[in-house]
Amino acid sequence: MSSMEIMNALTAGSYDVERLRADFPILQREVNGRPLVYFDNAASAQKPRSVIEAVQQCYAHEYSNIHRGVHFLSGQLTARYEAVRERVARFLNAPSAKEIVFTRGTTESINLVAHSFVRPRLKAGDEILITGMEQHSNIVPWQLLCDETGATLRVVPVQDSGEIDLEDVRRLLNERTRFVSVVHVSNALGTINPVRQIIAEAHARGVPVLLDGAQAVPHLRVDVQELGADFYAFSGHKLYGPSGIGVLYGKMEYLQQMRPYQGGGDMIRSVSFERTEYAEPPQRFEAGTPNIAGVIGLGAAIDYVESVGLERIAAHEHDLLLYATAGMMEVPGLRIIGTARDKAGVISFVMEQAHPHDIGTILDQDGIAIRAGQHCAQPLMQRFGVPATARVSFALYNTRDEVDVLLQSLHKVVRLFG
Amino acid sequence: MSDLRELYQETILDHNKHPRNFRRLEGATHQAHGHNPLCGDRVDVYLKVSDGRIVDISFEGDGCAISTASASIMTEMLQGRSLEQAQQLFDRFHDLLIGKAEAGEELGKLEVLAGVRAFPTRVKCATLPWHTFKAALHNETAATTE
Repeated sequence: MSSMEIMNALTAGSYDVERLRADFPILQREVNGRPLVYFDNAASAQKPRSVIEAVQQCYAHEYSNIHRGVHFLSGQLTARYEAVRERVARFLNAPSAKEIVFTRGTTESINLVAHSFVRPRLKAGDEILITGMEQHSNIVPWQLLCDETGATLRVVPVQDSGEIDLEDVRRLLNERTRFVSVVHVSNALGTINPVRQIIAEAHARGVPVLLDGAQAVPHLRVDVQELGADFYAFSGHKLYGPSGIGVLYGKMEYLQQMRPYQGGGDMIRSVSFERTEYAEPPQRFEAGTPNIAGVIGLGAAIDYVESVGLERIAAHEHDLLLYATAGMMEVPGLRIIGTARDKAGVISFVMEQAHPHDIGTILDQDGIAIRAGQHCAQPLMQRFGVPATARVSFALYNTRDEVDVLLQSLHKVVRLFG
Repeated sequence: MSDLRELYQETILDHNKHPRNFRRLEGATHQAHGHNPLCGDRVDVYLKVSDGRIVDISFEGDGCAISTASASIMTEMLQGRSLEQAQQLFDRFHDLLIGKAEAGEELGKLEVLAGVRAFPTRVKCATLPWHTFKAALHNETAATTE
């Protein structure tokens, strides 16, 4: 996004960050005697009052089981639950709400696809392609499949900038490739991957693609049809919604071919001891009583994000990214890991003087919450030759003033450890 | 800043910058690899034990200031001790970190790590080298503080 675009987006209706902050009760609290500065949004985002109240309202006034009651409450809550499915479909611009499966989160969504879609198509010698910047949740499910079937996991290397080279994608795609699974926005580096081109390359060889969108949906507009994604996975908790609820979008032609992920109630049409007929998607993949209040909360979270406007959120976060990057480059001994041209509001960094854990502790004393560690991406840490990094990540409610507090605290690290 | 100064005392910063006995030990009789998978801290502890006594101890690794300083001070403190004394020291140190006991003079330099108590998420950083030491002693090859 160019600075002109940012200015346009920000001035096209004022972005009143203080008013938005008032929507998040937790931002009123102090940590270690200092106002909370929450910069750990890539791990999980805070919740607006509308989400908290939707969940509370569900339990206090609307609760019952869904899909099976003849009584009033069940009917009403079933309708609300299914309305969220429609809401998610519109949010992703999916052709149909029947292509939206509720899961526990991105991890379960990926495992579902691995188990129900990819595994039956995989044999020894086949290949699955991922990138070197995947989280463990987009590595381990494929390794498990490879172990079972004798298939091979191939990895697109990560450049020093934290980007991948489309040439490498073309080189690694071949007649043995059965599936491609790629992170849309890297949680550890902030890199926004060229997923539309990756999908085009894969489709040219008839290979379906899953996008891990956990880090993408809170920060940019996602249109699964425009991207051409065959599967798209994300979690509620990074989108200002509850934890324990997630989404899998899948193209209907694929969902229909897929066998169930888990067996149980709600995913069947008829059961006898001789034979069970499975329900159509998406119910086929939602065995058992689901996270009903989580779905309701997710709906409220999407409403909230849309009311603010994803384009305006993206512009605001991009402004913070540029402001913080400039300030951090002035901190002696600080090195930013991941300098992709196309980057979301994530800054991973290391300091010569201090280990990420020590940085995290010192910042915490100033009320600043950041992540210090491996970001569930040990192979990526090895790639950059660091044992861990510190990471700040922005959300719609962060401010330049908070970045100033961060910069002061980073200079304190230099003084203490210098 | 007071808690921070308590945590990052001069002695700790010094041991972090200039870790003692930071080397691979040739002819070690025991060794183990310690790893905290949550944060990525890694430490290798090497021991030379003879007649129930630690005649040499060293470490290598990559970790935060607390784990590096703790490992460095540990190797200084255990040099020449009997295995029984080492166990007693470990128990005392552990009690100190979990707040079961106050600092006392038998802890020697280990006392500088008492500030970790105010930072519960960092206690594992200080204990990782010790768990690794014990693993080495018991001929386990790996320790973890997950």
